[in-house]
Amino acid sequence: MAEEEPAPRMVAAAVAFGRVLRGAGLSVGTERLVGFARALEELDVGRREDVYWAGRVTLTSRPEDVEVYDRAFEVFWERGAEGAPPRRREAELRIPEPEDSVMPAKETVEPDERGEEAVGLRYSPVEVLRKKDFALYSPEEFAELQRLLADLRLSGALRRTRRLEPARRGRHDPRRTMRSAMRTGGETVRHRFRRAKDQPRRVVLLCDVSGSMAPYSRALLRFLHAGVISGGRFEAFSVGTRLTRITRELSTRDPDRALRQAAGAVRDLSGGTRLGDALKEFVDRWGQRGMARGAVVVILSDGWDRGDVAVLAEQMRRIRRLAYRVIWVNPLKAAPGYRPLAAGMAAALPYVDVFLSGHNFESLEELARAVAAAAENGRR
Amino acid sequence: MSEPRDGRRGALPPGVSSAGDLRELLRRFDYLADEGLAIAIFLALRLGRPLFLEGEAGVGKTEVAKVLSRMLETPLIRLQCYEGIDVYQALYEWDYARQLLHIRAAEAFGGAEDRERVERDLYNREFLISRPLLQALEHKGPSPPVLLIDEVDRSDDEFEAFLLEILSDFAVTIPELGTIRAERPPVAVLTSNRTREVHDALKRRCLYHYIEHPSFEREVEIVRLRVPEAEERLARQVAAAVQRLREMDLYKPPGVAETLDWTEALVALGAKELDERLVRATLGSVLKYHEDQQRVTASGLEELLAGAGRMAGG
Repeated sequence: MAEEEPAPRMVAAAVAFGRVLRGAGLSVGTERLVGFARALEELDVGRREDVYWAGRVTLTSRPEDVEVYDRAFEVFWERGAEGAPPRRREAELRIPEPEDSVMPAKETVEPDERGEEAVGLRYSPVEVLRKKDFALYSPEEFAELQRLLADLRLSGALRRTRRLEPARRGRHDPRRTMRSAMRTGGETVRHRFRRAKDQPRRVVLLCDVSGSMAPYSRALLRFLHAGVISGGRFEAFSVGTRLTRITRELSTRDPDRALRQAAGAVRDLSGGTRLGDALKEFVDRWGQRGMARGAVVVILSDGWDRGDVAVLAEQMRRIRRLAYRVIWVNPLKAAPGYRPLAAGMAAALPYVDVFLSGHNFESLEELARAVAAAAENGRR
Repeated sequence: MSEPRDGRRGALPPGVSSAGDLRELLRRFDYLADEGLAIAIFLALRLGRPLFLEGEAGVGKTEVAKVLSRMLETPLIRLQCYEGIDVYQALYEWDYARQLLHIRAAEAFGGAEDRERVERDLYNREFLISRPLLQALEHKGPSPPVLLIDEVDRSDDEFEAFLLEILSDFAVTIPELGTIRAERPPVAVLTSNRTREVHDALKRRCLYHYIEHPSFEREVEIVRLRVPEAEERLARQVAAAVQRLREMDLYKPPGVAETLDWTEALVALGAKELDERLVRATLGSVLKYHEDQQRVTASGLEELLAGAGRMAGG
């Protein structure tokens, strides 16, 4: 289909409106603007509703876009283009640097004195880093963590495939049986078989970003990022006073940019926790409709909940019914003699299959193994 | 395929030259579209672009494709997506059983010296089974078919990428046969329940519309239109009760489909108006979760009815 060029007048209007939309934070490419211009040609541009809907169906693609679109529309078409373009609210907080954290950063574990041997010198810092509590990390160590995470094999790193692979037994494979029959003049000497390759399950990561988790959320969000870009079926959410889906934001390969984008999307960073309510929002909006069904659900939180604990327990019960495995990661668990005293944690534990600490790199490796074990069990 | 601009009508039915006309025509086919949806459908037909419809389950996304097929008098070809759907299930597959038989027959009658010819024959059109997408591309007729790609959010990234390709060119290449191109692009409707985010590239290819639950007045109208046996008073009460249920904190708030189910159940029981006994007896046709039923029953059916009664206007 040869698509015709829209009239220049419409293109000019579309481009001008596009500029306002971009200022408001919507990403509208040329392709969309051309679509808008062509839509305008088919409608009555003298009618507000026609112009409004022509733009909405061509320039938005998510319900969340509508609010932004509406404001931009008002500014551009109703107050005239000279009105100041609206801005998307800036993120209120950024991901805390380790210095901001409540724990003293730096100092403590230096590479030990026996590091004179060449090999020891090279490897011991990494070894130390693996065991070091994230709350004690220096900025340089966070950079190092990034390199460590890059090597972490997450279950989703297996290239997911729907293809069937040849196998000794399984489902009959008519295509290959056919091909081999050709070689023997149509005689099916051997039947061929195939079966589905292993397909890792979906993994949903819910990371608590409330104030009490601040020393850990930076590292844990990097773990989420490593998961999302691993090419597997990872979904990432931040949980605080509200729920924010950050899979899209984290899907950029560059870790710093990904974290900046995530911080921009998460508006309740280092705020309070309403864990139960946030989990409820997750189950209502995403989980029950399919995302949690048969998935491995990982909750990274210290279990402090300022909301109603009964709500949390009920949501955990729902998640448990939907998910294949529920993994809870609590950095406080590493403390000697830890007992789940936080009411939220105590309420959630009965519904948790695997309970891990996630306070240092080594425990993240353990988490990766637990996720992989659960995810790869998912042969269908 | 480019026609002069003025002669181009896309797939619009005769007599329709504006979104308003289309909305009126849809109503005659028992579908009440609000202004945004009517404009979206109008543009999709006129510009020949796929229409991407998102919204809660039961708001009438699939209905759009069905009503378009009736309105345009053209077949509805449906592709139901699911996790793991692949190209072979969506596009085409070779009929291996028949191919094998063909080889055996050729051998019996002609001997093996013609192997090359036999092999060529095997990948003929007659051994190809078309699945929905190919059916839609190959459709011959006065107007293009309606292609419904349902619940695209259930498929996976690879399948989305493949759809993007198909929906961009409305053509597909089968190695053994060559390229098959649609004479006219099918009227494509994609639906999503938003269980996950569909890739932006695919959405960009489409016109996008998010269907909300209808307003009270519109829902009454829908009930009157679709279940004409229901009396006005009952229709208003049911619509009002459903609106209230949607405000409650339920696992699965009822969609229009549930409203219609409920009304039909009530009509079947000979109901003239809602009362507590009837609601109790038919609650399962509007609330599909045991927990939701419990919650509503616990918070008091009288209250639901009283609220609904006020809203329905006595």
